[in-house]
Amino acid sequence: MNTFAAPRVPDVVMNDPPSRSARAQETLSPTPAAERLKADVRGLNFFYPQRQALKNVNLPIPERTVTALIGPSGCGKSTLLRCFNRMHDLYPGNRYEGEIILQPSGVNILSPSVDPMEMRLRTGMVFQKPNPFPKSIFENVAYGLRLRFVNQRAVLAEKVEAALRSAALWDEVKDRLSQSAFKLSGGQQQRLCVARALATDPEILLLDEPTSALDPIATSRIEDMVYALKEQVTILIVTHNMEQAARMADYTAFMYLGELVERGATAQIFQNPHNPLTEKYLTGSFG
Amino acid sequence: MTDSARIIAYRKRQDWVFSAFGIASTAVGVATLAALLITLSIEGLPWLSLHFLTSNASHNAEKAGILTALVGTLYVMVVTFVTAVPLGVAAAVYLEEYAGRNWFANFIEINISNLAGVPSITYGLMALWLFGFMFGLESTVLVGGLTLAMLVLPIIIVTTREALRSIPNSIREAAYAAGATKWQTIRYHLLPYSLGGIATGTIIAMSRAIGETAPLIVIGAAGYVTRLPPPPIGATPPFVSFDWLHASFTVLPMQMFNWTSDPDPGLQQKAAATGLVLIVLTLSVNAAAIFLRYRVRRKLKW
Amino acid sequence: MSVASAKRKITRLRPRRGDKGRRRAVREVKEWTAKGVLAAAAGSSVLITLAIAGVLLYESSKFFAEVSLGEFLLGTEWAPLFNPPSFGIWALISATLVTTTIALVVALPIGTVVAIYLSEFAPFALRETIKPSLELLSAVPTVVYGYFALAWVTPALKTFLPRLDGSNMLSAGIVMGIMIIPYVSSLSEDAMRSVPMLLREGSYALGGNKFMTAWNVVVPSALSGIGAAYILGISRAIGETMIVAVAAGNQPRFTFNPLEGAQTITAFIVAASQGDPAHGTTAYQSIFAAGLALFAMTLSFNVLGYWLRRRYHQAY
Repeated sequence: MNTFAAPRVPDVVMNDPPSRSARAQETLSPTPAAERLKADVRGLNFFYPQRQALKNVNLPIPERTVTALIGPSGCGKSTLLRCFNRMHDLYPGNRYEGEIILQPSGVNILSPSVDPMEMRLRTGMVFQKPNPFPKSIFENVAYGLRLRFVNQRAVLAEKVEAALRSAALWDEVKDRLSQSAFKLSGGQQQRLCVARALATDPEILLLDEPTSALDPIATSRIEDMVYALKEQVTILIVTHNMEQAARMADYTAFMYLGELVERGATAQIFQNPHNPLTEKYLTGSFG
Repeated sequence: MTDSARIIAYRKRQDWVFSAFGIASTAVGVATLAALLITLSIEGLPWLSLHFLTSNASHNAEKAGILTALVGTLYVMVVTFVTAVPLGVAAAVYLEEYAGRNWFANFIEINISNLAGVPSITYGLMALWLFGFMFGLESTVLVGGLTLAMLVLPIIIVTTREALRSIPNSIREAAYAAGATKWQTIRYHLLPYSLGGIATGTIIAMSRAIGETAPLIVIGAAGYVTRLPPPPIGATPPFVSFDWLHASFTVLPMQMFNWTSDPDPGLQQKAAATGLVLIVLTLSVNAAAIFLRYRVRRKLKW
Repeated sequence: MSVASAKRKITRLRPRRGDKGRRRAVREVKEWTAKGVLAAAAGSSVLITLAIAGVLLYESSKFFAEVSLGEFLLGTEWAPLFNPPSFGIWALISATLVTTTIALVVALPIGTVVAIYLSEFAPFALRETIKPSLELLSAVPTVVYGYFALAWVTPALKTFLPRLDGSNMLSAGIVMGIMIIPYVSSLSEDAMRSVPMLLREGSYALGGNKFMTAWNVVVPSALSGIGAAYILGISRAIGETMIVAVAAGNQPRFTFNPLEGAQTITAFIVAASQGDPAHGTTAYQSIFAAGLALFAMTLSFNVLGYWLRRRYHQAY
């Protein structure tokens, strides 16, 4: 069959999720409009020095949507997320196989010829725990801009304000931008980290269980904010909180033991999972 | 994207420049060590012979050797070892296993951290007054050894505590669960398990003591001794003698200092030769400690 | 069966329990003895500190009965053996300050760069080789460093500094600085490595390189640990004796010119105790007064360093 294999066309239609038609028939939820892909994970294997953590993962990421990665701890969802900005390159002995194609350029993120720094300049990431830098609130948000040699005071001020507004933090901190970021509460710190990631206009925002260290009120503020953000940016969120995935995500992918078991529109995954494993997990039989 | 390519290129160059800087800075230390060894070798190596190692000190540069200093170092180290190690280990066990978070433990904690930073010469002043004036002792092997023991005590305490701290609590709990008392737990479990760490600390402490000069000068140890202390084992009953404890002594660094300040260039070269012996001694002892620490770390994976 | 025989029978039955009780008692005595002996050993460190402070204060108090505190703290001439003697500690402090400053100018930048390099740049295997080799630098006996400064560094410096004295503070200070590098680098590196990876990842995720991450995130986070390392270095430099005694000169002189030779506080103590002054003389007491000045200087730095170390241990 090889002779018939056409070269992959970076066309949106070809990369449509397979579950699309089924979902459309069931009309479980207002489906996202026909979208273009932002990124496409194809046949991804990932190896830590001692073990394989991802096995043949395929996952399309439509542009300007929220995709949630769910699954029991240790299933590889964070590992998958960290492939997008080549975070694994920070530690020796890690190895990727397969590709993550970034659109519209069609570049394979995981190719050795792509500098990890390139991907980090184009993505933003928020971690499990807030990790503000030992700097002022303003400088925390400005850090990524300064890394990109944006140094004019006026431009910095404008972008920092915009980022803080997007992260719904501006009103709380506008009078104390020069204070240490450590003086903020945990929830505020995490929103600061979101602002820090947004300030550089990332193409993809990677959220690694961003609310796991926060109380319910702070969590709901982050959720609202992320929901609003999908107008601007493609979002990938790892969460172990299934309600959170149901509330926020357009698409949900369920992972188990390093494999991507099922991916589909969130409503379909939660109400009508195709794979019995997904159903078991969602009904709390394990995980 | 040319923009991000430019940023990446700049940042890479920045990392590269700093790396070069870091390697150069590290090289400063290594180069100094090399220059030091070369200097000592050029001056001292021609003098390094069996004769040099087995002859007594002399004002005659041709004849002078370091036998008295070598033997003196050995004797003083025995005293230091025998006093500092049990005391230091015991103190560490108390602080780590018995003392809670009370004011006494806190106080001792600050105190030890401070003692480790007290200039060595200050110990000499205290020892001079205590042993020399209070007890009326001359500067003997015993006094020298005790002075150095006080000096290295904090090192032993700190390293032993680290060794004890690295033993997981599950070991203690297992011992208690088997009905052992606290002391039995320490005696039969904690001390044996931390032996490697304690040994490493002891070696480092001894290496420090071997090279220490200032406090010994202050207590009035001689830089020039031509007679060996009496041997600890005799041919006549009671066969064992402790007279050596009360003999006057010199040690290698004292001998070196003495010759360094001598106007005779021949003796200054002997100082270099002594330095060579001293540095080989301390560096090999340290290398042993590093090796041991590496082994202990590798062996113990709790 | 008589009561007595019954009693005897009971007591005969009892021994086991009694034995157990006795064993427990023995055990308890053992426990208490062990604890007591160990506590005494821990207390000995306090005794040493008290003895040091006590001796210095006691002899100094006799010294200050003869010499005014004003002369000691403000005077710039130190000549204990002259007639009349003078006891201006600044003649010694100036040399201590000059040699310490030179040592720090060498050790702090180099030590910090080495620490950043080892903690953030060097691959694991390289770090594990370099660290112990650097620590050998602080294992070399200081009298050997003194000889090195006198016999090699001074002649080498003379080739482009012809006005350098044979004994001078410059070469002693430089060699002292190199000796101190591992103290600074090792403790700083420990502090930097205890900065959680999460913080570094925050910077890398924004596109930061190693240098920007180290400089903007790691170093500021480890600041109190680095401060503690610096302070340990300062305290070492002030208290270092043999290098300055051999190479920096033995003439008390109020000068800040590093090309000249001058006697530090520590070098004075060495030189004066070699002269074997008689107990009870002011010359003898002056050694202790100088020792007290030294002790006070290093103590204040040590306490500051301890406080800083605690702070960074608490931070993470």
